[in-house]
Amino acid sequence: MTDRTYVLETRDVMIRFGGLTAVNNFNIAVPEGSIVGLIGPNGAGKTTCFNIITGFYKPTQGEVLLEGRPITGLPPHKVCAAGIARTFQNIRLFYNETVLQNVMIGGFVRQKSAWWMPPLLVPSCTREEAVLREKAMKLLESVGLADLANETSSSLPYGAQRRLEIVRALATEPKFLLLDEPAAGMNPQESQELMAFIKKIRTDFNITILLIEHDMKVVMGVCEHIWVLDYGVLIAEGNPEQIRSNPKVIEAYLGEEATQNA
Amino acid sequence: MSLEMFVQHIFNALTLGSLYGLIAIGYTMVYGILRLINFAHGDIFMLGAYFVFYAVVLIKLPWAVAVVLAVVLSAVCGVFVDRIAYRPLRDAPRISALISAIGVSFFIENLALVVFTGLPKPVYRPDWLVEVITVKNIRILPLALIVPVIAFFLVMGLLWVIYKTKPGLAMRSISKDIETTRLMGVSVDKIIALTFALGSALAAASGIMWALRYPQIQPFMGVFPGFKAFIAAVLGGIGSIEGAMIGGMLLGLIEIMAVAFFPALSGYRDAFAFVLLIVILLMKPTGLMGEKLEEKV
Amino acid sequence: MKTNDKPRYLLPSLAAIAILALFLWWANENLDNYKLQILNLIAINSILALSLNLIYGFTGMFSLGHAGFMAIGAYVSSLLILPPIQKEMIYIIQPLIWPFSVMQAPFFIAVLAGGVAAALLGLIIAMPVLRLGGDYLGIATLGFAEIIRVVFTNLTPITNGALGLKGIPDYANIWWNYGWCLLTLFFMIRLVNSNFGNVLKAIRDDEVAARAMGINTFKYRVVSFSIGAFFAGIGGALMASLVTTIDPKMFGFLLTFNVLMIVVAGGLGSLTGSILGSAVITILLEWLRFVENPIDIGAFHLDGIPGMRMVIFSLLLIMIILFRREGIMGMRELSWDSVLRRFSRGGEAR
Repeated sequence: MTDRTYVLETRDVMIRFGGLTAVNNFNIAVPEGSIVGLIGPNGAGKTTCFNIITGFYKPTQGEVLLEGRPITGLPPHKVCAAGIARTFQNIRLFYNETVLQNVMIGGFVRQKSAWWMPPLLVPSCTREEAVLREKAMKLLESVGLADLANETSSSLPYGAQRRLEIVRALATEPKFLLLDEPAAGMNPQESQELMAFIKKIRTDFNITILLIEHDMKVVMGVCEHIWVLDYGVLIAEGNPEQIRSNPKVIEAYLGEEATQNA
Repeated sequence: MSLEMFVQHIFNALTLGSLYGLIAIGYTMVYGILRLINFAHGDIFMLGAYFVFYAVVLIKLPWAVAVVLAVVLSAVCGVFVDRIAYRPLRDAPRISALISAIGVSFFIENLALVVFTGLPKPVYRPDWLVEVITVKNIRILPLALIVPVIAFFLVMGLLWVIYKTKPGLAMRSISKDIETTRLMGVSVDKIIALTFALGSALAAASGIMWALRYPQIQPFMGVFPGFKAFIAAVLGGIGSIEGAMIGGMLLGLIEIMAVAFFPALSGYRDAFAFVLLIVILLMKPTGLMGEKLEEKV
Repeated sequence: MKTNDKPRYLLPSLAAIAILALFLWWANENLDNYKLQILNLIAINSILALSLNLIYGFTGMFSLGHAGFMAIGAYVSSLLILPPIQKEMIYIIQPLIWPFSVMQAPFFIAVLAGGVAAALLGLIIAMPVLRLGGDYLGIATLGFAEIIRVVFTNLTPITNGALGLKGIPDYANIWWNYGWCLLTLFFMIRLVNSNFGNVLKAIRDDEVAARAMGINTFKYRVVSFSIGAFFAGIGGALMASLVTTIDPKMFGFLLTFNVLMIVVAGGLGSLTGSILGSAVITILLEWLRFVENPIDIGAFHLDGIPGMRMVIFSLLLIMIILFRREGIMGMRELSWDSVLRRFSRGGEAR
């Protein structure tokens, strides 16, 4: 199989903070167009992996490749420009801005106009922004937030905020989307909707999605391939069936979840 | 330059450095605990000098008593400022407390201007302090010998409090983790008040000695020493008391020696500290601690 | 009143400007010099407040160096409008060096040059300093402003040192001041309402998230800082021509404090707030002069207390920060939309 079919690859990624090796031998290859998951007990290092992939941390060793091209060590804004977008474990919206503004900010990375064009009333810039606004509204419609476009994002209920964060990430026109615990704090009804939503955006936007998630129903229901991280090391990978029955996984993590989720 | 001149300069530098260091300690303690640059600290320095002046001139107290009174009063002022202008903003964005500090600083300076008037006041100096001693052609003020010594003892005293007493332990604990300290049952507000009291007392002591060394006091006398002392605190490593003293000494040394060796630079003397600040802030040195903590993503 | 992007608001905005122009013409003819001076100061303070608001209110950078940029703008502009004879007269310690001794420019160019010079300095300072956060940024910018002041005090062959410049031509009349003010306001409105403006606010709200969304936060902080410096330079240049005498002592921390006060009082992150704050604070500062003059109420005579003005003023800042941090407007703006909504429904304007 050539590199081209993998949207994202990590090769022997290791990161050390002072004396602590937080992540080691992190090797994943995410096939294009798939929905995959990264699970593991709290503190296993999942968000650290996200931070490495998105450029917030530089790995001590190893490489990260996007569509075959190395992006290791690129700063976060360049990683996003290259095509990776993400959401955060604790929602990080721009709370003083409106719902629409949040999405438009997401679209900024794809704008061609320069900062000095608006004050000079350059027409191409005004047009570009109008187009962007339309796109943003369409994105908001797809998650049912179009009516709240001019509301301050901090006034939204929790579930809506999560949806907004995802849609903001989509506005950056990513090839690869990282979702950090998108189902956190959701009731079963909302989780169901989320699952359908994730599958929908994969098709509609033609992207690949990697999730971190604790809610096993969501993980099993939506992910085609799952990696399991424990103490910074991958202990298992496979499809949902394989993971569900893997004794190592059950021991490390799934066992507690299974009794809790019963 | 002759050896005699050089030695004189060194003593001047030690004196100036001690004075900066004493002020710097107050900045570093407050910043270590509250992450706040207490802009009003330099004005407590000024108040110390004025309290002594008025205690001697108006109330006719003996000088030594006046000094003690002034230090205590200044400590009270420091605590008062915290209580009124900083404590209500503990949970507000950090910048709010900073703006409040700027406001308080201007308030104290201008109030002093109104109450004390802007006319520089001549300060009473006990004769034995200002009679020049000559040792082998080196002319020294007894003051220049005493200031560093007093500063040394004051710092030792403070360090004893910080490392050997329970309130001191609480102070160290708060600077590491204020929430946990609170959960351990420590009355955080009281300890913070103590921090302000101690820092202000040292600043007042510095102000009193400064007035002896440069005996014209005016309401804005704390502005530049205040800025420079903060820079000294940054130089030494913000949050470290020993660092503040070392930073102060270093700054005093640089200011005096640079002008001594390059008299043409004397007009730029006040700028040295600021240039030093920029340089430290840029060079990611060990002097700058804690502020570059990576935000948890 | 603020314009919206939509062209249908062009007419109301032009009408508002026309009304302003009429008012200014009337004021120019009928008001005494004292009141005119206040009007002029309001315009210039608005420019200064808008420029600091861009840096601090909109982009979240706590910069305390504004006086430094004003100083650059003031000196550069003044050197370009002072006639050579005047320059010879005032540079008594050391003559002004060439080419400054012969350089001349029309007022508009001179002010513009002041702005550009300040922006260039802003760019230079920004590169190293903007990596710092919060309080350290404040102290570093304050440090730079002080360095500029000390340098100006010592560069006698260029700036005339502590003596400063006297007899600066008073070209800054009400038309120039309000003209520049409107230009600044227009620029700011267009900038802030564009997606680029959104990006600046994003950097202020959550820099980590902004970076994750592909925004080069460092670059845009530099841009915002330099633009703010530019307009601070413009403000400084106009002020120099208004007061006709400048010296390095004028450009100390007190000047920055005044502008900061206006921005905080008006509302961090509100352009309307900066304009309103400028009007309120400028008038307030003048009105407060009464406490410094003797008052006679019937049989009572109260001596004026010199210096009391600033005491009250600083107390006011503390009050605002303690009790109404968001100032007059908070982050809200007055816009044609909000005005129409209020009139049509009598409800809360957005």
